[in-house]
Amino acid sequence: MTAAGFLDIVTPGLMTSVQDLGRFGAQALGMPVAGATDPIALRLLNRLVGNPENTAALEIGYLGPGFTVAADSVRVAFGGVAKLTLQPADGSDARGLKPWRSVLLKRGDRLTIGAIEDASVACLAVQGGFAIPLFMGSHSTYMRSGLGGFEGRALRAGDRLPLKLNAAPEGEERELADSIDYGSGPIRVVLGPQDDRFTPKGIETFLSATYTVTKEADRMGLRLDGEVVEHTRGADIASEGLVTGSIQIPGNGKPIILMADRQTTGGYTKIATVISADLPRVGRMKPGDMLSFRAISVAEAEAIRREQEKQVRRLIEGVRTALPDVWLDHNALYTVNLISGAVDAPSGHWK
Amino acid sequence: MSNYPQIRSFGDTGFSVEFGEGIDRAVNAQVMALHAALGEAKLPGVVETIPSFRALLVQYDPLNASRAELESQVRAMLAGLKASLRTGRLWRLPVCYAPDLAPDLADVAERCKLSPDAVIATHTAGRYFVYMLGFMPGLAYMGGLDASLHLPRRKEPRLKVPQGSVAIAESMTTIYPWESPGGWHLIGRTPLRLFDAGRSEPILLAAGDEVTYAAISADDYAAMLNRVEQGTFDYAALQVKP
Repeated sequence: MTAAGFLDIVTPGLMTSVQDLGRFGAQALGMPVAGATDPIALRLLNRLVGNPENTAALEIGYLGPGFTVAADSVRVAFGGVAKLTLQPADGSDARGLKPWRSVLLKRGDRLTIGAIEDASVACLAVQGGFAIPLFMGSHSTYMRSGLGGFEGRALRAGDRLPLKLNAAPEGEERELADSIDYGSGPIRVVLGPQDDRFTPKGIETFLSATYTVTKEADRMGLRLDGEVVEHTRGADIASEGLVTGSIQIPGNGKPIILMADRQTTGGYTKIATVISADLPRVGRMKPGDMLSFRAISVAEAEAIRREQEKQVRRLIEGVRTALPDVWLDHNALYTVNLISGAVDAPSGHWK
Repeated sequence: MSNYPQIRSFGDTGFSVEFGEGIDRAVNAQVMALHAALGEAKLPGVVETIPSFRALLVQYDPLNASRAELESQVRAMLAGLKASLRTGRLWRLPVCYAPDLAPDLADVAERCKLSPDAVIATHTAGRYFVYMLGFMPGLAYMGGLDASLHLPRRKEPRLKVPQGSVAIAESMTTIYPWESPGGWHLIGRTPLRLFDAGRSEPILLAAGDEVTYAAISADDYAAMLNRVEQGTFDYAALQVKP
């Protein structure tokens, strides 16, 4: 048995938590699903480091963590738009890394992930995943109750996150050939389950207004600001089950889209449900982002999801051996003094 | 002709089957019967089902099933559904009603025009039915509270309700599995953990269970709490033969 390896968290980022594809099977007991906000990114990044798609990874909210490798080696892949800085343990110059490409880090290397520039969340997968216990069948963190994941909470400075593998197998690095298409235009919804509790004007407002994501946007849900949606008779119903993407309209008439950390049941009227194919896009939205809604049928929603899944499968099949790391070459060329710096090799910063 | 059951859309990952209005044992028995039948049937693509007062939410994976096909399978099951009022386990749960563990007992007694002892006697005389769980992991909504104890929720919810608090509001009673905010009236406390991550089954109660309460002394409370904290408490012994 090899000695245990860790990622030593130097800076925790703003909201970094361990997530897999979610905890299903105990919602009848009130246990929320949790899981990755962007399951497509989680699945693809896992494939880049050779993991099963449901392996737990780090979901990063807004600002990435910085960590030092306390293992012989670890292979990681980051997906998102952020500055990635590798400070090698051997004392060589810090360099930038590309997203959507696996990289082998050595003991003592420090990787720092900057602000997430394109979305509220990003993701970092590690080969083999983390050596943390399963809780009720999942590694996902449900922070409100302090359950699952790493000690049931977001990472903190000084945490030692245990790795399954103390050394990553040697092998070629892999990269994604194409980027994910999250879609554009209005967020597609299916009306119901309580669309009969809104006036025709209320439904029309909901489907025509532009809403803004407020600061109250987290893993539990997104509160929206914009035109008030008119009820027929109050906003309360007998509590009933919810799905991720349920759009509640409470008494103030402003929509709330429920996300991964939603409760299992709720007692507010729900005007519509975000289709499953648009959930990653909604989950990636930040305060200040604008959105509108368009209603489609259940059958259309299912067809769109199946089409999206084909796209994900194509991306997975298109994963290819990464081109040699030009930044390493740059370093090597200088070291062996073949070209004496006569050629201006490409910079290590991809952005 | 009844308007029920009614099917309602939850996008492309769910639909609910609604069996009636309000909080009613006979309506809920149909919910639980379909919950059990779907649990047995293990239809491809069904992820899980969530029972509530009057509806069952069926969650499905649109990559492995379609709404059209599942809805017709569920409609076929509805025809042969046999609802029974008694399906779950029966529990006898200890509660200490000592004043320091029952911050709202005196207030509830005053508002219901009863003595505190009469409130305790009424609460322990009841047999409660777990309609559903929700709000937080392991929180059971138990119906069947005697009408003499019905009160609206507190105007100002507490920011911190202690774990194990036994509470009432409207026609319901519950036990807080966690320390949490809460707006119900706290009339006692159980030494038990309704949620314990260290237990093989972390969540004690399930929808369809029935619960009675047994008043215990402060000494018994302390002794049981000690066993609960040591992990030596035998929860199975709380189940009684119906």
